[in-house]
Amino acid sequence: MAERRRKTFSVRQLPGVTPITMACFAALYAPIVIIVIYSFNAGDSVALWQGFSFRWYAIAAENELVQEATIRSLVIALWASGISTVLATMAALGTTRTARFPGNTFIYVMINQPLMVPEIVTAVALLIFFASIKVATGYSGLGYLILAHSAFCVPFAYLPIRARLEGMDRTLEIAAADLYATPWQTFRRVTLPLVLPGIVAGAMLAFVISLDDVIITEFVKSAGQDTLPTYMLGQLRRAVTPEVNAISTALLGLTIVLLTAFFLLTGRGNDKKP
Amino acid sequence: MSEASGSLRTLEADAAARRVRRNWLLSLPALTLLLVGASGPLLIVLVYSFLKPGDFSGVIWEPSFNAWFQILFSRDIFDDTIGLADAHLTIFWRSVRLSLSTTLITLLLGLPTAYFIATRSGRQRMFWLFLITIPFWTNLLIRTFAILEMLRNEGIVNNALIDLGVIAEPLQILYTDTAVLIGMSYVYLPLMVLPLYAAIERLDFRLVEAGYDLYANRVQVFRRIILPIIKPGIVAGSILVFVPSLGAYVTPRVLGGGKNMMIGNFIELQFGQGRNWPLGASLSILLLFIVMAALLLYVRASSREEPHG
Repeated sequence: MAERRRKTFSVRQLPGVTPITMACFAALYAPIVIIVIYSFNAGDSVALWQGFSFRWYAIAAENELVQEATIRSLVIALWASGISTVLATMAALGTTRTARFPGNTFIYVMINQPLMVPEIVTAVALLIFFASIKVATGYSGLGYLILAHSAFCVPFAYLPIRARLEGMDRTLEIAAADLYATPWQTFRRVTLPLVLPGIVAGAMLAFVISLDDVIITEFVKSAGQDTLPTYMLGQLRRAVTPEVNAISTALLGLTIVLLTAFFLLTGRGNDKKP
Repeated sequence: MSEASGSLRTLEADAAARRVRRNWLLSLPALTLLLVGASGPLLIVLVYSFLKPGDFSGVIWEPSFNAWFQILFSRDIFDDTIGLADAHLTIFWRSVRLSLSTTLITLLLGLPTAYFIATRSGRQRMFWLFLITIPFWTNLLIRTFAILEMLRNEGIVNNALIDLGVIAEPLQILYTDTAVLIGMSYVYLPLMVLPLYAAIERLDFRLVEAGYDLYANRVQVFRRIILPIIKPGIVAGSILVFVPSLGAYVTPRVLGGGKNMMIGNFIELQFGQGRNWPLGASLSILLLFIVMAALLLYVRASSREEPHG
């Protein structure tokens, strides 16, 4: 009996599982932690610790290219997350609050298309497409980047909003409609407040995704339109200074703050990651 | 709601029928954006793959199958003989080999990790899940850059190995296929763990206990009970890792240097220095087809598994 009890107890403890898991987490975090630590290094080296200092943060903050890239990154991410969230909310309403019809699958595939096509292929496609528009119109502003970012952010905004809408009790909406609320009133007074956490979560996800994008930005941007990630990619070609560590750490901090908020908003860690 | 009465349900159906029929029109703006900013341009790529390259960049609008031909064959500039394009084959082979290896490594590491997380209780599970998600959402470039720092000649790994007396001279790990493999495994590991976790979480551990009670040993339990049930998760994770690995651009560029290209970098080269847009376009379409084939296999595999899972 004692024998069997021990065996039953070991169900959750297959051999080797714990050590491999701990090794995995150590390996996942060690490089990131080292980047963060060395961003506070006083010396010029990325490998030799010479005391604590905010020197590289100051240098990064004073660098005009970094300033411009930061502002550009934020402007693009704000526009892209705004546009994609509004459109994704409409699409989520359109796909959950509708009678089933033949085009359903098509809409779903279209919306999630940026998740399925390799990013390099989308980047190349947009390069070709926008290059010819640039020639035709002469316009070479941030519009292309905002358009491209908005497009690939749509599925990231769509998924949490849709999840929220699908999990929602519909009786309240139906009651509002029965009480002669117009569709707009129903949406404004009933649906929107209920789905808002999903919308905020989707917007934050879209913001992070836009802020982090490298490949599509690298291909679509015109000369002098570096964002923080493409600026970093360019820097990696030269000698690396802890300045890149400092920028990485700042970006990392922002990402972690937004994602923690995202986790809290979507409840107990919605792991329906695209 | 379960306590909804019959009449309420009728009302619900009624309202749904009345008001909701044309709500799908709300999807149109998003669809338009995606058509302009994602799907539509893919058609242009397809068209470009059947044109001739321009002198400096762009294309000449003359139909040609040359780009598709060039993917596998090259014409010798001196004697005009046709041979296999060795450079291209090397790059394809490296991409496939590195992507498969990445998938295998992340599977071997991710399976125990996912099992560990799925067997924790409530709050602990959320904590570990959160820990695996943070690196997942951390900028790909930062993570690749972190690995670059670890692997460089004067980096932590080499310093540690020298201090331990394992090696006397720093190993040249950076700018090799090994570096790309380490980087991709690092970057894509969370992508493997999450679907595996989702599959293992659904596993009914009473089945495992029943297996033990019937005198199966651990290997038998794993092979005969756990493995068949979590197979859809394994397939999903493998696809999720294999697909972005095959199209990887940032990691091979940063860790592989200029020489150890993968398909993604090779495509970029055609639009930059290579000045052969049609070749780049045909390679993109080829990559797209491979990825779609993988996804299709996944959909078929997972829909067949559904009744058991």
